[in-house]
Amino acid sequence: MIDIYDINDKIESNNIMLSFKGDISSELLTSVLQIMESKLDNMKEEPKIKKKVYNVLVECLQNLYHHMDEIATEQNDVIRSAFFMIGKIDNQYNIVTGNYIKKQNVEVFKKRLEEINLLSKEELREYYKAVLNNAEMSIKGGVGLGMVDIARKTGEKLDFKFSSVDNFFSLFTLNIKIAQ
Amino acid sequence: MKTISIEATPKTPTITFDSGKGFLEIKGRSIPENALEFYKPLVEWVEKYADKPQTSTNVNIQLEYFNTSSSKCILDVFKKLEAIKKGGSNVLINWYYEEDDEDMLEAGEDYQAIVNVPFKMVQVV
Repeated sequence: MIDIYDINDKIESNNIMLSFKGDISSELLTSVLQIMESKLDNMKEEPKIKKKVYNVLVECLQNLYHHMDEIATEQNDVIRSAFFMIGKIDNQYNIVTGNYIKKQNVEVFKKRLEEINLLSKEELREYYKAVLNNAEMSIKGGVGLGMVDIARKTGEKLDFKFSSVDNFFSLFTLNIKIAQ
Repeated sequence: MKTISIEATPKTPTITFDSGKGFLEIKGRSIPENALEFYKPLVEWVEKYADKPQTSTNVNIQLEYFNTSSSKCILDVFKKLEAIKKGGSNVLINWYYEEDDEDMLEAGEDYQAIVNVPFKMVQVV
């Protein structure tokens, strides 16, 4: 049986503002962003922080949305789902996202993230401009700028992990911190 | 060409384009998952306008939020404006940002560095 008190305690102690696991649709993202915006307003968050959190949230949730397409529809619901969790502990916002990616794509993706992490603040800005000016957009509208933007806006290195799930898939998790 | 206006949605901005006055405004938030689809008509209108532009074109960009998917499309619009300027007309892009929003100011400066069109950074208090 589900222990509702236990769930409530876990939400309280980890200061979870919102968490979700399942299929990521455009409608879901619209709702989640509206909920988070009103939560940030209710918390009377500084406009500067509110904007940063909202912006980073848009990028990482839309990353989940775009990555959904890489997984074939015949895959089971677990592989086709993604999760995210937004919380605030000690004046620091934490956004955790997780999604499954094909093992054959892990190396290329990992290398890109590691390259982003080597760049300084100024280098990130130059890199962003270069990609913006040259990148051809993929059909669905992802430019590949999302991760660079997250690194730029948070001023932190991308904290990510790939965990093997089976012979075909790995779970990619990203842990984003936005300090005040 | 008539005046074109698109109303805002939770994820897309208000767009006003008055070709007779040489005025274009993009205002609100631009965070659609697929920005390409949303911006395609605007890019086409500006391209058509470029055939016979006014002697001066004023552009207001007043965005609260925009995602990376929109950033490329906004650049596409700016590239069309760059072509208009190259053809001999005046073009000015007014980039609005809120007082404490350094990220938005930086974004405007990034475009300014890429596109050969005069920018005016306008702080909104």
